[in-house]
Amino acid sequence: MATYLEFIQQNEERDGVRFSWNVWPSSRLEATRMVVPLACLLTPLRERPDLPPVQYEPVLCSRPTCKAILNPLCQVDYRAKLWACNFCFQRNQFPPAYTGISEVNQPAELMPQFSTIEYVIQRGPQSPLIFLYVVDTCLEEDDLQALKESLQMSLSLLPPDALVGLITFGRMVQVHELSCEGISKSFVFRGTKDLTAKQIQDMLGLTTPAMPMQQARPQEHPFVSSRFLQPIQKIDMNLTDLLGELQRDPWPVTQGKRPLRSTGVALSIAVGLLEGTFPNTGARIMLFTGGPPTQGPGMVVGDELKVPIRSWHDIEKDNARFMKKATKHYEMLANRAATNGHCIDIYACALDQTGLLEMKCCANLTGGHMVMGDSFNTSLFKQTFQRIFSKDFNGNFRMAFGATLEVKTSRELKIAGAVGPCVSLNVKGPCVSENELGVGGTSQWKICGLDPTSTLGIYFEVVNQHNAPIPQGGRGAIQFVTQYQHSSTQRRIRVTTVARNWADAQSHLRHIEAAFDQEAAAVLMARLGVFRAESEEGPDVLRWLDRQLIRLFMFHLRRSPFLQVFNNSPDESSYYRHHFARQDLTQSLIMIQPILYSYSFHGPPEPVLLDSSSILADRILLMDTFFQIVIYLGETIAQWRKAGYQDMPEYENFKHLLQAPLDDAQEILQARFPMPRYINTEHGGSQARFLLSKVNPSQTHNNLYTWGQETGAPILTDDVSLQVFMDHLKKLAVSSAC
Amino acid sequence: MNVNQSAPPVPPFGQPQPVYPGYHQSSYGGQPGSTAPPTHYGAYNGPVPGYQETLAPGVSRAPPSLGAPPATTAQTPCGQAAYGQFGQGDVQNGPSSTVQMQRLSGSQPFGSAPLAPVVSQPTVLQPYGPLPTSSQVTAQLAGMQISGAMAPAPPTLGLGYGPPTSLASASGSFPNSGLYGSYSQGQAPPLSQTQGHPGAQPPQRSAPPQASSFTPPASGGPRMPSMSGPLLPGQGFGGPPVSQPNHVSSPPPQVLPPGTQMTGPPGPPPPMHSSQQPGYQLQQNGSFGPGRGPQPNYGSPYPGAPTFGSQPGPPQPLPPKRLDPDAIPSPQLNELPPQQKTRHRIDPDAIPSPIQVIEDDRNNRGSEPFVTGVRGQVPPLVTTNFLVKDQGNASPRYIRCTSYNIPCTSDMAKQAQVPLAAVIKPLARLPPEEASPYVVDHGESGPLRCNRCKAYMCPFMQFIEGGRRFQCCFCSCINDVPPQYFQHLDHTGKRVDAYDRPELSLGSYEFLATVDYCKNNKFPSPPAFIFMIDVSYNAIRSGLVRLLCEELKSLLDCLPREGRAEESAIRVGFVTYNKVLHFYNVKSSLAQPQMMVVSDVADMFVPLLDGFLVNVNESRAVITSLLDQIPEMFADTRETETVFAPVIQAGMEALKAAECAGKLFLFHTSLPIAEAPGKLKNRDDRKLINTDKEKTLFQPQTGAYQTLAKECVAQGCCVDLFLFPNQYVDVATLCVVPQLTGGSVYKYACFQVENDQERFLSDLRRDVQKVVGFDAVMRVRTSTGIRAVDFFGAFYMSNTTDVELAGLDGDKTVTVEFKHDDRLNEESGALLQCALLYTSCAGQRRLRIHNLALNCCTQLADLYRNCETDTLINYMAKFAYRGVLNSPVKTVRDALITQCAQILACYRKNCASPSSAGQLILPECMKLLPVYLNCVLKSDVLQPGAEVTTDDRAYVRQLVTSMDVAETNVFFYPRLLPLTKSPIESTTEPPAVRASEERLSDGDIYLLENGLNLFLWVGASVQQGVVQSLFSVSSFSQITSGLSILPVLDNPLSKKVRGLVDSLRAQRSRYMKLIVVKQEDKLEMLFKHFLVEDKSLSGGASYVDFLCHMHKEIRQLLS
Repeated sequence: MATYLEFIQQNEERDGVRFSWNVWPSSRLEATRMVVPLACLLTPLRERPDLPPVQYEPVLCSRPTCKAILNPLCQVDYRAKLWACNFCFQRNQFPPAYTGISEVNQPAELMPQFSTIEYVIQRGPQSPLIFLYVVDTCLEEDDLQALKESLQMSLSLLPPDALVGLITFGRMVQVHELSCEGISKSFVFRGTKDLTAKQIQDMLGLTTPAMPMQQARPQEHPFVSSRFLQPIQKIDMNLTDLLGELQRDPWPVTQGKRPLRSTGVALSIAVGLLEGTFPNTGARIMLFTGGPPTQGPGMVVGDELKVPIRSWHDIEKDNARFMKKATKHYEMLANRAATNGHCIDIYACALDQTGLLEMKCCANLTGGHMVMGDSFNTSLFKQTFQRIFSKDFNGNFRMAFGATLEVKTSRELKIAGAVGPCVSLNVKGPCVSENELGVGGTSQWKICGLDPTSTLGIYFEVVNQHNAPIPQGGRGAIQFVTQYQHSSTQRRIRVTTVARNWADAQSHLRHIEAAFDQEAAAVLMARLGVFRAESEEGPDVLRWLDRQLIRLFMFHLRRSPFLQVFNNSPDESSYYRHHFARQDLTQSLIMIQPILYSYSFHGPPEPVLLDSSSILADRILLMDTFFQIVIYLGETIAQWRKAGYQDMPEYENFKHLLQAPLDDAQEILQARFPMPRYINTEHGGSQARFLLSKVNPSQTHNNLYTWGQETGAPILTDDVSLQVFMDHLKKLAVSSAC
Repeated sequence: MNVNQSAPPVPPFGQPQPVYPGYHQSSYGGQPGSTAPPTHYGAYNGPVPGYQETLAPGVSRAPPSLGAPPATTAQTPCGQAAYGQFGQGDVQNGPSSTVQMQRLSGSQPFGSAPLAPVVSQPTVLQPYGPLPTSSQVTAQLAGMQISGAMAPAPPTLGLGYGPPTSLASASGSFPNSGLYGSYSQGQAPPLSQTQGHPGAQPPQRSAPPQASSFTPPASGGPRMPSMSGPLLPGQGFGGPPVSQPNHVSSPPPQVLPPGTQMTGPPGPPPPMHSSQQPGYQLQQNGSFGPGRGPQPNYGSPYPGAPTFGSQPGPPQPLPPKRLDPDAIPSPQLNELPPQQKTRHRIDPDAIPSPIQVIEDDRNNRGSEPFVTGVRGQVPPLVTTNFLVKDQGNASPRYIRCTSYNIPCTSDMAKQAQVPLAAVIKPLARLPPEEASPYVVDHGESGPLRCNRCKAYMCPFMQFIEGGRRFQCCFCSCINDVPPQYFQHLDHTGKRVDAYDRPELSLGSYEFLATVDYCKNNKFPSPPAFIFMIDVSYNAIRSGLVRLLCEELKSLLDCLPREGRAEESAIRVGFVTYNKVLHFYNVKSSLAQPQMMVVSDVADMFVPLLDGFLVNVNESRAVITSLLDQIPEMFADTRETETVFAPVIQAGMEALKAAECAGKLFLFHTSLPIAEAPGKLKNRDDRKLINTDKEKTLFQPQTGAYQTLAKECVAQGCCVDLFLFPNQYVDVATLCVVPQLTGGSVYKYACFQVENDQERFLSDLRRDVQKVVGFDAVMRVRTSTGIRAVDFFGAFYMSNTTDVELAGLDGDKTVTVEFKHDDRLNEESGALLQCALLYTSCAGQRRLRIHNLALNCCTQLADLYRNCETDTLINYMAKFAYRGVLNSPVKTVRDALITQCAQILACYRKNCASPSSAGQLILPECMKLLPVYLNCVLKSDVLQPGAEVTTDDRAYVRQLVTSMDVAETNVFFYPRLLPLTKSPIESTTEPPAVRASEERLSDGDIYLLENGLNLFLWVGASVQQGVVQSLFSVSSFSQITSGLSILPVLDNPLSKKVRGLVDSLRAQRSRYMKLIVVKQEDKLEMLFKHFLVEDKSLSGGASYVDFLCHMHKEIRQLLS
């Protein structure tokens, strides 16, 4: 096992890939029997400081339907200067530049350690980074002020040649023209009217029929012509002032009404604007909103305050009258943005829901971020936002745009689909399965916004027939080709080629079992579950999952907000699911089964069971659920602290004990995106509910025999405990074993 | 003209004076107070009725006398005596003519000459006399007579005009030449006259008193019958002496100076004449007055002819004489030496002259205030300066009627065909001497109204039962007087507090409206002005935008304010546009204005609320910055397309969002062809002219603008449009919204800053500063029996009674037509109450009430005696101009002629004493109807010349729709002022001359204005010194044709002319751009277009021709 564990880790580090099965069952029948599909979690742009990109272009297989990229698994005839494609077995000549190769003089892409390699494409125009701020002005004064400051701050983080644009909205939508001197100028749109892309471009004067003749020549910089997106270095001052002068939406909001917020139209215009000016160029639309869209297309709730925004209950009762229409609107926008390689971020800060449920596709389909907070005036938002502009070891932004992921497989495999922040490019091919898991029916996906942690689940199907066994020692290969726009404005291609052994399930079952990656499988299954939960009724998904899996994390997954909507608003569910579908394995696991650390005088910090029995009076607990970090002081500890022991020199160890979880939490906070909600509480504190709702309710008011005992804390819940769950499961497993 | 005529009389002059006394005496006899006269007078008085009767016969005789007119000519020399009689006769006949006669006697023989013929005819008609109050005006046209002449006439016809029927053409041609000839001669005579005058002066003086004595009565009598009614007894007659002295003292002196001057000038007859005229006029007034006066006096009894009878006696003999010699053209003939007369042409001087009528009225009625206390008085002409004292009826500045005496029955009204209409200008500006209407505040209960018909409390309401109740004067409903309004009645049944309460004692007053009168039951907020500026290529290139922005900076300080408020309550906003709209946020807290572009023109909306409409003083810095930057921002624009409807829509939405009424000032340059609602295409097609489809040129292209206008009206959004077209912009369509919202349209074709700057800026300043009422509703209530049935003007009506005006300023006029729906009562008369509910410029909701009481008559003669031709023309022009929207222009023209003929025929048939069918007999009050009507018919809208564009026609059509009487008057009959004839020192306007080329002397300089255009015509042989002092060039040939600004030179002539130009401009609501036209120059064609008495190039008839034609029509109707 240890070897497999190492193997898995090694592979993950090198290729950013984790398979559910690391030895593959060699026939369709066997694969189906194994329940957990053959699948992998792929982190296409996993940070590889040790991997300098090569400055030339990849060599492609010449078969038009294949076009696989030369990789270490290819057989090479150095004398004939030929190489055989390991996917289609086409024999290809090396291009002229490769005349000098030999066994000792191999290009990088042929070396085994470069199973993942990155090429820099020199051709084509270099596109600057584009940031289009879409800002809600229907905010409270201090909220708006905080947001303005954050935005102004962000300007200083952008590279000087980045293009920025500003759209503000409230009752109306204003597209600000940033180039003009003196009078600040903006184009205003009615917030209630859905406009086609063409109309928007016409109205913004982006289609100037008189210009094309002149425009033809300076084609190299077509984007310079846009008045709405200007290099930050040119309009820095201007924009800073403009942001500074930004006023709250001036239209009066009468008592009992929500402000009229035209989020739908604003987004539509943002998409249309980029579509008209920078098609097929990476760009980032950043939507900052402080409430639900209340008018126009994409409206989520009416402006009457007495009518609350839809809840899960309403949705189940088919009582959310705007939901379908709004969702459709945002989906349409998301697809348009995705087609053009633009990603949409949503920063929604409000105490109530803001319509993330309807808008989620904008972020989900384009690879944009989704951030949910209570207010723009919180460190949660401020730091999260700042983190978007964080830089890697090379000083480049940790973001990539307009990526296309192409997957090629050897013949025994077919691609069933992908789950992640992507849209299908609808590229059919011989390696595309008819059975879809996730977004299927294609071998290519578009991922408009990527960062080093963006992770997709990719599902395969073994199509090899049982009666056509694969020769012993045969390997299946998969190649992932990710073309993207690097934040340094270069176009790059990252190629990862992986291979795994085939094994006959009947004779080598133990091999296969041993190579099972439980964590990856859990996350992959959970993703599938979440994917289905998005589109199907909750209980159905749970039942499906129950049928598929019987493991510990299942218990937590069932209780997680990804599948369970109880106690969560539709927005929250959308938010959680969004992140679950894009984070890498480690983070995903944390989301499914929060981590609980216990600090005490009894020894070093130790992970403990996520169980109510772990809640003890003399412990400090640190729980990380990905979205929240909770520090919980046990009853005794809390009393000590209240008594001020930590300030007494003779109790310095107590002070250290108190400090330890804080330091650990800080460490997590530093790395986490988005910023988790940071909660510091103690026994009996109201915020302790965050902890209590997560732990396994092994002790409740129902198990009277433990009531009042000093071990652990009872949880007031009707949820079944793990013990009960397991007992039930066992019974089921046995009874259905037939 | 008079001058010419004057010549003949001269000789008689000396005699005439003597005659006069007798004359006067005879006619006015008693009044003059002259010793001799009294006897006559007394006789007259008594006899009056008898007189008339006696006269009648004379009249009847007159016809034969027609032939006589020539005789008159013959008489001329000796005729003086006859004149005296004639004078009377004149009086009866055609006041004007007679007047002239008298004048002649006084000063101008001219009058007499025409008179003679007239007289003869008049005699027939004259009968009126008796009623001082009611003045009948019977204008007889000598020429017409001629044509119409009896059997004997035929020859006359042959002579001058030939048969009346054929007259038009024949006369036209003939007269001209003949006339001219006669003129020249006539001029000569004047000299002699003038000379005679000087000589005669002493007698004149003696005469003046007489004349004056006459005049007063005349003035009192004839014109202001009503006036005379009250006045005459006391003042009139008694007055006369008094007035006489006045007259004498003032006029004579004046007269004399002129006379003296005249004498000085004798060499040049023309100046003499002109000078004389004024001078004389005074005297003449007297004489005129009498002339007219007599008629009225006599008037009442048509049969009055008998009065003449006695007088006629003498004329009669004359006629025969004349007939023989000169045939019919007597009028002219009279003046002209017999030889000339022989030419048979109609003497233009013999036909009613607008100038004369205006002058007479000025002289007669300009001096004393017009007191409105008496019901059914005909006010002075609009061309007369007079003061008004409100004593219970609305000032004529607010309401003028076509007739102040309404037929009691609809049958009568139908018979007469005289339209019953009132021209109402509810917010008319008053001269500083007159107080604006009092504002009455009845507190929370609001104005007191009749429960049934909702009429507002007014002086005509009858309080009964000791003041506890009142009976509505409109519907007779009896209402309770609310306790807080109760007041005791005095012994006459009048409330004790009647004179303390404007609504009980005045014709015009205002009520403060309560919240019930406000939209949504909310008091309105102060209105707003939004300036919407076209910044397309054309506007930028022409310099318009820069000019406008510069001007606005200072103009914004002059927004209208209420009363003595320190600061205007009006807020302002700015929009610029081409294919898209740019709104500006000029909130005072901003460092820089912000521009907001709305390109969704298909679905216009207002992008901002706060900061769009601002107080000028608070946001001054931002506004100034904005106005500085607008021209810069668009300096490089290449956008040539514009939108239009969305601009209005935007303004309207802005007002809606701000929940206030207001006004949009649109500055627009081109046909809106950009893709947007209200997009227009060029549909100008001159081939449609004179076809059945011509009407489409006046109709809007699309219904979108009507819909938009409706929304605007609902919001109280008035639109003023300034157009700067370089080519066709489809004014007919663009004007729809301004028209329906009570806005104004200004058009500056081919605008160039250098040439048109002053005109535009002046119009703009005036337009911005003028006081406007917003979101107004006007309702005209009438007493039972008549009903307002039709409305003309710039407004919108969603039902048949309420005139909705998004905005109403002091220039806008609404013409209302009434029809009978029941019998009227002679005793109670007819009442009009015009109530205007509006929002003042400070946002106060008010009701302005105008009341007017009219007489009712059972005799048609009363109707014809109390008409006002100017008002009639105003109505008819508006009626016709609306007609062209739906009917072919020819149909409209024919209908006008027919109606006019019917009116006159009805008069002839029912009111004039029997006479030869060959005589054209016009009621005194309507004697100018033909000439004015001809002007209407010739106007660009109804008969376009080749150079008149479709846009011009639509523009004029639109303008006329809301003109008041004074404006239509001068618009259709332009004023032509000779500049060098009167002494330089004289500060008054020189007397006008008739708008005919014949009246132009090539040695003189003239100003011509019609309210829109202003020409300075320079004769080819004008003195070099004049050229030098006016244009600062040495010769005529060096004058730049088309010059629009006179050089500022420091000499009396230059100062005077420029001063005159300024004062003319000051009188008009629009700035008139001056155009200098040289005789024989290309531009002269343009100028000649305005000489409306001449044949026009586009086929319009000359006055004389038209008169003949009219006569023919009348005769046909009569037969």
